[in-house]
Amino acid sequence: MQQEAAIGASRRPMLSPLNRRRLDNFRRNRRGYWSLWIFLVLFLAALGSEFIANDRPIIASYKGELLFPAFVNYPEAKFGGFLATTNYRDDFIASEIDANGWMVWPPVHFSYNTVDRYQPGSGATPPTWLLTRDEACDRYPLQAADPGCNWGNAHWLGTDGEAHDVLARLLYGVRISILFGFTLTILSSVIGLVAGAVQGYFGGWVDLVFQRVIEIWTSVPALYLLLIVSSVIAPSFWVLLGILLLFSWVSLVGIVRAEFLRGRNFEYIAAARALGVSNITIMFRHLLPNAMVATLTFMPFILSGSVVTLTSLDLLGLGLEVGTPSLGDLLYQGKENLQAPWLGLTGFFAIAVLMTLLVFIGEAVRDAFDPRKAMG
Amino acid sequence: MTTPLLSIRDLTVAFGANAATNGISFDIAPGETVALVGESGSGKSVTALSVLKLLPTTAALSGQILFKGQDLVTAPPAELRAVRGNDISMIFQEPMSSLNPVHTIERQIGEVLAVHRGLRASAARKRTLELLDAVGIPDPASRLGAYPHQLSGGQRQRVMIAMALANEPDLLIADEPTTALDVTVQAQILTLLKDLQSRLGMAMLFITHDLGIVKRVADRVCIMTKGEIVETGPVETIFANPQHAYTKHLLAAEPSGAPPPSDPAAPAIVDVANLKVWFPVRRGLLRRTVGHIKAVDGVDLSIRRGETLGVVGESGSGKSTLGYALLRLLPSDGRIVVLGNEIQSRSWKAMRPLRKDMQIVFQDPFGSLSPRLSVDAIIGEGLAVHATQIGAAERDARVVKALQEVGLAPETRFRYPHEFSGGQRQRIAIARAMVLEPKFVVLDEPTSALDVSIQAQVIDLLRDIQQRHGLTYMFISHDLKVVRALANQLIVMRDGRVVEQGAAADIFAAPQSDYTRALLAAAFAEPMLPGKPETV
Repeated sequence: MQQEAAIGASRRPMLSPLNRRRLDNFRRNRRGYWSLWIFLVLFLAALGSEFIANDRPIIASYKGELLFPAFVNYPEAKFGGFLATTNYRDDFIASEIDANGWMVWPPVHFSYNTVDRYQPGSGATPPTWLLTRDEACDRYPLQAADPGCNWGNAHWLGTDGEAHDVLARLLYGVRISILFGFTLTILSSVIGLVAGAVQGYFGGWVDLVFQRVIEIWTSVPALYLLLIVSSVIAPSFWVLLGILLLFSWVSLVGIVRAEFLRGRNFEYIAAARALGVSNITIMFRHLLPNAMVATLTFMPFILSGSVVTLTSLDLLGLGLEVGTPSLGDLLYQGKENLQAPWLGLTGFFAIAVLMTLLVFIGEAVRDAFDPRKAMG
Repeated sequence: MTTPLLSIRDLTVAFGANAATNGISFDIAPGETVALVGESGSGKSVTALSVLKLLPTTAALSGQILFKGQDLVTAPPAELRAVRGNDISMIFQEPMSSLNPVHTIERQIGEVLAVHRGLRASAARKRTLELLDAVGIPDPASRLGAYPHQLSGGQRQRVMIAMALANEPDLLIADEPTTALDVTVQAQILTLLKDLQSRLGMAMLFITHDLGIVKRVADRVCIMTKGEIVETGPVETIFANPQHAYTKHLLAAEPSGAPPPSDPAAPAIVDVANLKVWFPVRRGLLRRTVGHIKAVDGVDLSIRRGETLGVVGESGSGKSTLGYALLRLLPSDGRIVVLGNEIQSRSWKAMRPLRKDMQIVFQDPFGSLSPRLSVDAIIGEGLAVHATQIGAAERDARVVKALQEVGLAPETRFRYPHEFSGGQRQRIAIARAMVLEPKFVVLDEPTSALDVSIQAQVIDLLRDIQQRHGLTYMFISHDLKVVRALANQLIVMRDGRVVEQGAAADIFAAPQSDYTRALLAAAFAEPMLPGKPETV
């Protein structure tokens, strides 16, 4: 019995030794490792955009009642007004709440679609820190003495042609780009994996027919299809995702198919077949891990590709609906307002930083999975 | 004693902190054959490569390699090149990869002649023809334009030998020159080498792990293990009276023992009638079938409970295909009855419940275990399919029992295959088959990829398990020594057909067909050196 206890005591390690070595390899690539952390911080910040840039307070206390305006729509009647939704930036509501309690605002008092009534000048206006206090507060009722003319209402990156705060639009735009990219990458990887796996594992006629279908499919011009679709319906997030997915899943099929074709003749596959293991289990348990290396290596690059695709479609006006904050829209605004370089520069640096981070992470992942480095 | 041709003094080759060889010394006299014997990883190939300084630049050499009084360790590259291929030449193990596949035979031999002798065009062609004739290539003139893939394994090795002999070297280094070849071809190549050696009077450094070959070709032998030469001396002395423990271990490691006696009254577990595996050959635009490659062509066999049927034959004889077809891992024609069930007509799904009773162990322990699964997942996989009603604890207990049965510590079951040696991996593969408690197991060359001493252990293990559980084996092998230690019944295959069939003891004692006689002669041949005493 004592012996059995000893046998039971040796526990399965959390990560297989191979994966631990890969993780170590990834960590050793300083550039990729730091890029991952910076990317995660940026991504988390973008996910919490509502807490950083919003035209509603996060928490407010009004007449002894604790309110969460950022998440709950309170009708204006609650504060003595008459509109269906409350504009907390309005002087009347703000002073009413301040008189009967308090409000906690996010650092930037604008959401992506907030129009700043007091923006200094018409059209796109430069960042507040480029202006003197008199210039910045020019349109406030009390001008420089106005308590509303504070840092919370400052435009750190200026405003665009529609009096929207650029920083707010950037945050929300990055969020939508990354989420779109992730969704597209994961969905097209899953479809690509399944299609490649089926072709490679079964081979023969299945493979032959599928390959020809894919060849025909890839020759369909995706951009024209997008043009046609966007002229019929205003493409929403999901419609756009669907259309791009129709064509992007093909990119992984080739590698996965090759890995399965190679792998199905391994002796351990024959051993599994001799054990009576079903085809699906063999594909998932024995062959998929081989193909995963190729897939994971490609994923960061597919992700950055997806982000770029969405941005370029938005820039061309074929992307998301008008008014949606996006990196492409920012670039479009920059193109339309050449006298306001902060628009184009913001868009450019945002995309450049995002792409650089993703490519650095991708390189580190690729090197970590490189069998010559991981096995050695 | 004459002055040695090659004299190695305190040679140490280190890769980083690991010493591949550790201060080894030996001499080769002119015209002498010295065999360097050891198991994989003993440093014998590294020694051979270091003589010509063919090691990668990461290797650090120290000591002396004196060839005709010149130290090759300190020799400048230009002098080394003059020695390589001219005074010392080398043949490698794998004849397919050591010939360049994009050049013709004539060009490859001609290159050696051009580099060291300056022979060109017609002079080179004449010499090439002479060489090919000397190494026994039939009709050499028509073979000059052939590419390596158009030749058989034995012919390729002959071409390699022709290249090595082109400049009549004083020393020939042969690194396992026959390991990749079939036994009958092996015998021919060895005869050829001995013959050429006596004609040209060259010395030979012969590297091998096969003691049978050593007995047949060598004058003196150096036994190597873990980078050191533990014993050296004339072949007869070493074989008759080994001194070092490792040498004794190596000599005792020859597969031995006899199969457990069979019971003639036992029922037949496997019955096969007229089994055919034909692969169609398709040609043309419409892929019409123009013929068949008959991998297995009309085989009948029957195996009784508790018996071992040995299937022997050279590569390409269809013996592995027969094993695969028997388990329905390959489509075939003919009647297959296993444990009273006609299985030929069953669908893949209907086969599944039967697979528990019929298992297979593969040749290559490195390829047959998934590198990404831990040992308990590998062994437990079959249980997940066939014993679905048992819980995780019971499954774990059975995996532990299977590991103990094959002599591995159960604590190692969460490790991954790459952490085990070849022999241990083969034990894992055996445990995977045995955990299902099968009644019939096909063993497809389970010992071929292993070192001799490990081979013997695995054979003992297989015999032990067979006796304990009353298993029925089909043992596929090209190695007749191994088959003799396990098989009750024997079939000899050639080109997909059965050449000879019967009780193993009878066939070993009195083979009926010429082919079987040739196989036996090649496997159990006595020394060919004139004047050498008979060895046991």
